[in-house]
Amino acid sequence: MRSRLARWFVTLPPTLFLWVFFVAPGVIIALASLRYPGEYGGLAPLVADGRVQLTLETYQFFFSDFIYTWIFLKSFAFAFVTTLACVVLAYPLAWKIVHARRRHRDLMLLLAILPFASNFLIRVYAWMIILGPQAMPSVLVNTFLGWLGHEPVSLLYSSFAVLVGMVYVHLPFMILPLYTNLERHDPVLLDAARDLGATPWQSFWRITWPLSLPGVLAGSVLVFIPVLGVFAIPEILGGTGDILIGNLIKEQFLATRDWPFGSALSMLLTGAVLVVAWVGARAARRLGGRYA
Amino acid sequence: MRKTWLTLAALGVYAFLYLPLVVVVVYSFNDSRLNAEWVGFTLAWYRTLFDDADMLLAARNSVLIALVSSLAASVLGTLAGIAMHRYRLRVLPVLAIAPVAMPEVLLGVALLLFFNLIVRPWLGLELGLWSVIVAHITFSLGFVAIIVRVSLMGLDPSLFEAARDLGATPGQTFRYVTWPLIRPAVFAGALMAFALSIDDFVITFFTAGVGVTTLPLEIYSMIRIAVTPEVNAVSTLMMALTLSLIVIASRMSRGALAALR
Repeated sequence: MRSRLARWFVTLPPTLFLWVFFVAPGVIIALASLRYPGEYGGLAPLVADGRVQLTLETYQFFFSDFIYTWIFLKSFAFAFVTTLACVVLAYPLAWKIVHARRRHRDLMLLLAILPFASNFLIRVYAWMIILGPQAMPSVLVNTFLGWLGHEPVSLLYSSFAVLVGMVYVHLPFMILPLYTNLERHDPVLLDAARDLGATPWQSFWRITWPLSLPGVLAGSVLVFIPVLGVFAIPEILGGTGDILIGNLIKEQFLATRDWPFGSALSMLLTGAVLVVAWVGARAARRLGGRYA
Repeated sequence: MRKTWLTLAALGVYAFLYLPLVVVVVYSFNDSRLNAEWVGFTLAWYRTLFDDADMLLAARNSVLIALVSSLAASVLGTLAGIAMHRYRLRVLPVLAIAPVAMPEVLLGVALLLFFNLIVRPWLGLELGLWSVIVAHITFSLGFVAIIVRVSLMGLDPSLFEAARDLGATPGQTFRYVTWPLIRPAVFAGALMAFALSIDDFVITFFTAGVGVTTLPLEIYSMIRIAVTPEVNAVSTLMMALTLSLIVIASRMSRGALAALR
């Protein structure tokens, strides 16, 4: 009796809170995607002319114009390139930390994730300064382009700037899982490979890389999913053409006030996220079976 | 040969990580309206900052929201962590992690709709500080729960059995056995929730009512409308604040950072 009471006491408050403020909003947005938009924004009345007004029109609208599918595809492309760049940057760093002297290791790891603790907007804003027209990178690139007889370009307000911002913001999500994975590799394996005459390159591709795939995968899912929904980075660093799903959703709720369409876009993004998570989990299971 | 190449690559990545933040800090002391050339040292931007009434109000709101939401999130998150550790629960672990695992914009717009379609018409409450606080609890609860759960997993189960065998009620077991042992994890979780709340932009952006502003929202509008080095000054101060929170948190619980891996 008492233990039942204790169980309710610890389980009920957080569960109830999350049902009300997480599950219910999820249900609401799913339903809102099936409603008609209101005349002045928001939603049209649910019951009108004596019948319930539900529709799949918003979803049909999404597929009727290729531009929306294109924006989804573009977001996937940005997420993919960002993930790839994160692997390339995080790998040498994680490797170096794992193979550093034991007493340096914690400090090096802390230094690698510390920038992550600063505010997201500050980290994006910093690139506005660095990629700005008077800063060194722009001057260097444009001097070089000048020699080639090319028009000067703007590094800021471009897809390139958006990618840099995305990589910078999400890099720690790759460093941590990769580090955790590399740390568990048995150093004896590399010694054995060397004794058997493998070049460093060979032992990397035949031993380290395959063993690190679960870490790379975990990091990729952690980077890919949040990047899919980003809207502030393209807004701050991107040009007028750099519109991603996140921007589209934000516009529907705050500018156009087409709530049903915004809800439908959110549902589609949720679906995309679930697919990515599912593919990641499946791949992880297969890797686990092979390298456990 | 390969070693030096790797070292250079790793150093390059460290530079990539720190250069932007160093630039922001350095320019916050630069005596020029433009973030371009180094003119001279000044504290003028900090003075502008402390004379900026909007910014001070935003700072006050940020701290208020972070205090209330981290307090509530630590209570609910601690309960959730204990529940997840003690009982075989299927739903609660998913519910606690899901808000963090999905793109922030989704939670933001879902709560925006919920507050506007349910809470506002039914309870007559306009969006304001309370809606931001509720939203922040929703996403920081899970972090506290994970930290508490990990710390519980590291404890010897015989401690609780001994308490029970000696006739302690569940309440007494918690009061005299569980709580003293998990207290560092709960404090670390609370600090984590505080830091997450004070830093949050995306979810605050969607759930703050008209006229409610926080530091990140203020920074966002400054970046979008008119960039002055005042942004650098407020950024530098916020970095200093987060850094000191991390130092305190890691002093309190060495396991807390490890738990987040």
